[in-house]
Amino acid sequence: MKQYLEYLGTITGNFVTTAGSLGLMLFKAVMYTFTPPIKFRNIFKQMEFVGVQSLFVVILTGTFTGMVLALQSYNALKRFGAESLVGPTVALSIARELGPVLAGLMVTGRAGSAMATELGTMRVTEQIDALYTMAVNPIKYLVVPRVLAGLLMFPLLTIVTDFVGFIGGYLVGVKLLGINQGVFIGRTIDFVQVSDIVAGLTKSLVFGLIAALVACYYGFYTTGGAEGVGKSATSSVVLASVLILISDYLMSSFMA
Amino acid sequence: MINIIDLKKSFGAKKILDGVNLTIEKGQITVILGRSGVGKSVLIKHIVGLLRPDSGKILFEDMELTAMKEHDFNEVLKRFGMLFQGAALFDSMTVAENVGFPLREHTDLSDADILKAVQEKLHRVGLVGIEDMMPAELSGGMKKRVGLARAIVMDPEIVLFDEPTTGQDPIMSDSVADLILETQRALKTTYVIISHDIALALKVADKIAMLHEGRIIAEGTSDEMRRTDNPMLRQFLDGKATGPIKIY
Repeated sequence: MKQYLEYLGTITGNFVTTAGSLGLMLFKAVMYTFTPPIKFRNIFKQMEFVGVQSLFVVILTGTFTGMVLALQSYNALKRFGAESLVGPTVALSIARELGPVLAGLMVTGRAGSAMATELGTMRVTEQIDALYTMAVNPIKYLVVPRVLAGLLMFPLLTIVTDFVGFIGGYLVGVKLLGINQGVFIGRTIDFVQVSDIVAGLTKSLVFGLIAALVACYYGFYTTGGAEGVGKSATSSVVLASVLILISDYLMSSFMA
Repeated sequence: MINIIDLKKSFGAKKILDGVNLTIEKGQITVILGRSGVGKSVLIKHIVGLLRPDSGKILFEDMELTAMKEHDFNEVLKRFGMLFQGAALFDSMTVAENVGFPLREHTDLSDADILKAVQEKLHRVGLVGIEDMMPAELSGGMKKRVGLARAIVMDPEIVLFDEPTTGQDPIMSDSVADLILETQRALKTTYVIISHDIALALKVADKIAMLHEGRIIAEGTSDEMRRTDNPMLRQFLDGKATGPIKIY
């Protein structure tokens, strides 16, 4: 019993510490975002890393997700004679849910782990300490550009995912399964509203913040040499992914 | 120039610094000697503000470093340079970008002027034509030299060295010692070196202080240290496993 309580206490303590530290890092990041001088070069570099370099993986994920959605929804809807609803089913699923979540998870895996690894390596090789001693605030120099890049690029990547996902669904639905092109597009326009796309983009904004902040947090506070860097990368991807899924549910329930 | 007064620091139950008192004189090379793990790095990290003490203070001129706000402390840090044990060069930047980094961050110098300053400092540490190389392409000795060039690029008043010869062969260690002497004599800068390298300390130091069990147990010039009859310092200088300093 005592062991169980100790374990519970440790977990609770770790949770509170992590949540508090993440909140503090976010507060500092917001504060330093508006503290001049603003180094746009660093921000653009991170935007290129998070956004441009994630394009391929996001296009691949989005396309195949759209394709498989069309295939599965066609098989299901055919039973009710509602094949005409394949277009809106694909579009709504991707715009509201799968676009932001899949893009978020894929980019967290690719860019989030790389961020945690890079900052972790900088920590254990004293590069972050070196920044301090050169009177350069590491939160402003390292964390702010990454968080901003996450905030700006996740929605853009989600737009790409939405687009290629719909194209994938169109190709399977219209070209492979023979749904009428006019029906596929027309019904989609009938059912999908701008608010559906905005809801997805709002989610992606939050996912971008979560992924970048968690990656920076784990990287920034890495201890324990090379092994610690590996642990930081793993922990950051796991925690960010879990937080993305939990926040997705919460936001979905509010946006329903 | 720097006065460390009754500095104490513990990590959990482990006392690292237990009342360190030390004066670092302007324009001199002060070497803080001590065994590995004795708290030398912790001491130097207090000077540059990477750690805050549990009690005690560090005075730089008349300013109390240990009580300063971040903004004011950053202004003081611009007058410091630091060479880290592993040089701590930024992996993603070239040698020139590394050395010019403090100038880019804190001055309005043009790219051409920064490159000129970078080349001058690299030349001072004995490196020519490596501006476009990446840190991964450099040997350990070259990294230290580039790290020193970066530490002195802002013409600081104080340069701190964290174990400058660790991981170097004896010949390279002696070369680093020569480099420290040459640059210090040329720039008249205050150097603070933490090390367990006795040869380095005896060669370059104007003043040596020995840190043991959280306190400075002896200090003096190189000659005074050579003649010391302090049994702990004697054991350390002679490199003996037996004596008052226990191996743990």
